[in-house]
Amino acid sequence: MLIIKNLHAEVEDKQILKGIDLTVRAGEVHAIMGPNGSGKSSLASVLAGRESFHVTEGEVLFHGKDLLDMDPEVRAREGLFLAFQYPIEIPGVSNVNFLKTALGEIRAYRNLPPMDAKDFLKMSREKQKLVEFDAQLVNRSLNEGFSGGEKKRNEIFQLAMLEPSLAILDETDSGLDIDALRIVAQGVNKLRSADNAFIIITHYQRLLEYIIPDFVHVLYNGRIVKSGTKELALELEEKGYDWLREESREQAATI
Amino acid sequence: MTSQQDIPLYEEVVNHWDQWAEFISRSETSDLRKTRRQAFEKFRESGFPSIRNEDWKYTNITRWLRESYAMQGLPEEPSGNTLSVAGMSVSRGMWKKGKIPDLDCYTLFLHNGVWMRELGDEDLPPGIEVLKVSQARKDPALSAWFERADEKDRYFTALNTALFSDGLFIRVKAGTVPDKPLHIIHDFTSGRNLMVQPRHVWVVGENAELSVIETVVSDSGDAGIWINSLTEINLNRDARLDHVLIQTASAGARVVNHTTVRQKKQSLYNSYTFTLPGADLVRNDLQARLEEDHTETHLYGLYLTAGSQLVDNHTLVDHQKPSCFSNELYKGVLLEQSTGVFNGKVYVHRDAQKTNAFQQNNNLVIGRKATIDSKPELEIFADDVKCSHGSTVGQFSEDALFYLRARGIGEATAKALLITAFAFDVTEKLKIGAVAAYINQLISHHIPVDHA
Repeated sequence: MLIIKNLHAEVEDKQILKGIDLTVRAGEVHAIMGPNGSGKSSLASVLAGRESFHVTEGEVLFHGKDLLDMDPEVRAREGLFLAFQYPIEIPGVSNVNFLKTALGEIRAYRNLPPMDAKDFLKMSREKQKLVEFDAQLVNRSLNEGFSGGEKKRNEIFQLAMLEPSLAILDETDSGLDIDALRIVAQGVNKLRSADNAFIIITHYQRLLEYIIPDFVHVLYNGRIVKSGTKELALELEEKGYDWLREESREQAATI
Repeated sequence: MTSQQDIPLYEEVVNHWDQWAEFISRSETSDLRKTRRQAFEKFRESGFPSIRNEDWKYTNITRWLRESYAMQGLPEEPSGNTLSVAGMSVSRGMWKKGKIPDLDCYTLFLHNGVWMRELGDEDLPPGIEVLKVSQARKDPALSAWFERADEKDRYFTALNTALFSDGLFIRVKAGTVPDKPLHIIHDFTSGRNLMVQPRHVWVVGENAELSVIETVVSDSGDAGIWINSLTEINLNRDARLDHVLIQTASAGARVVNHTTVRQKKQSLYNSYTFTLPGADLVRNDLQARLEEDHTETHLYGLYLTAGSQLVDNHTLVDHQKPSCFSNELYKGVLLEQSTGVFNGKVYVHRDAQKTNAFQQNNNLVIGRKATIDSKPELEIFADDVKCSHGSTVGQFSEDALFYLRARGIGEATAKALLITAFAFDVTEKLKIGAVAAYINQLISHHIPVDHA
């Protein structure tokens, strides 16, 4: 589904991704962990198409198409979804209208007929229930005055509504209490299927107790330095990230 | 002062004044004739404003004054009180253009400032008196309503007082609460350069209520049409007025629109001014004179400008007496190479203790060549007051734009959503659903795909 090859990127002339290789297949959940500043969120931004990030080398194929060549909206219509670390508040745009517009444009891109109001409402109700999202929030302005937890849950609600094939969760767990974390994780688990895939970016192992990943990758200094299965996450939890620095120093020494 | 000799319209007015005054003020009271003469003298002195006049510093109108204009309502161009069959069908078209879908209202249709009763609703609600100004100004019992002149009158206001001939006189009897709003459609149509100077006087009686929606439409083909409109609104004790103005005149229209609102004790005035792309020039002067205590005033405005349009909103909230409340919110969206001007003055007199006066002007500058000059002015001479003002100028939030696009919403749609959202603070204040829906539809319609 997603093939990242030797991806290099910079922001404001600073190199932040220094050769990422990653392959994600349908039905898989990948966790990307790493210390602050390692490039985790930058990877998410590059994949979603944030304009301030410039790819300097490498390629990304999404369903066999060149992802880097697409505008952000085209990436979304092709089935990519980024759950934002800091969802934006947009007063004056209602959550419902926003989703209706997004869904409409995505469907039009895929040559699907527009969804009628009744079906949209029905779908919206089902998904609200699925991810335990408060019906009252749906009619409010987009994220305006939402608590941190409500914003994150709104991201998961949007994820449920737009049904992407690949969802990237950028530190969705940060700033959540245990209850909110559980609700978010349950939402993701309900949405998991053999046809979609998830990349979960997180600093802590905590979220991975609820969403069991198939693969865990450790990102450090713009590169994936270690990949493994869910046990790697536990190892990181125990050992912290300091060993990475030592290992990379050793590596530097041998070179 | 600009050399007024270069302005054909100035020459025309000065040279023909005696003859025109004789024609226009026939059967008017001597007091009104005197008012007109004084106004003419003031106009002769001031001429048309130039950028050297503080109030017109950012609004250069010389390019539209180089052309000559016939003067409507005068011997050469008398205002037709009846329309020809062809004129009637043109007006019906304009009527449709100005109509607001699903609005349950009484409609009054004016063609070049003249009320065409046969084109609107014949029956008006009880307690509301509507007369043509051409009739009211000759009625000695009503004449005084047209004799009010401000010391500071000059330029366009003086010119209007000197030469106005028609408009709407509306009087709401004390205690009247009409069942539906009035919708006034102002149609300005001309095949050649023309100046029209409507004069309107509205009086809302004690404890009466009125809701008015005004729509301005125009069609002057390749010609220019100057609309120098002056409206005097009088709110008596405990009167309430909701006043929506929708300016949708087309290219060729040069609109100077002056409104003075005089508020008596505990009266309430809500103003909603929407200016949309089309007219070459729109200059609104809105002045709320709070002449007695405990009044409430809300001024909301939204200007969406495009092309090489120039839209200028000058407002004055004049707190003369204690314990009055005023709140102002004007928002601007500037597309293409359009220019916006906002000047909001709040004047708090020494007597006006316990004044609450708030003002805010926010602008979204989208066109790379678009500009806005925003100037809040507070002059406070009382010491126990709460006043605030703020002005912002910004562009699209890149973060918000990216958030919408990351959900599959195309750039153009995303920008349209953000513009509508920006306007929402003003549009949400509208109380009539059909009017709000209409405004939102106008906004969407005018947001082009290419915003630069």
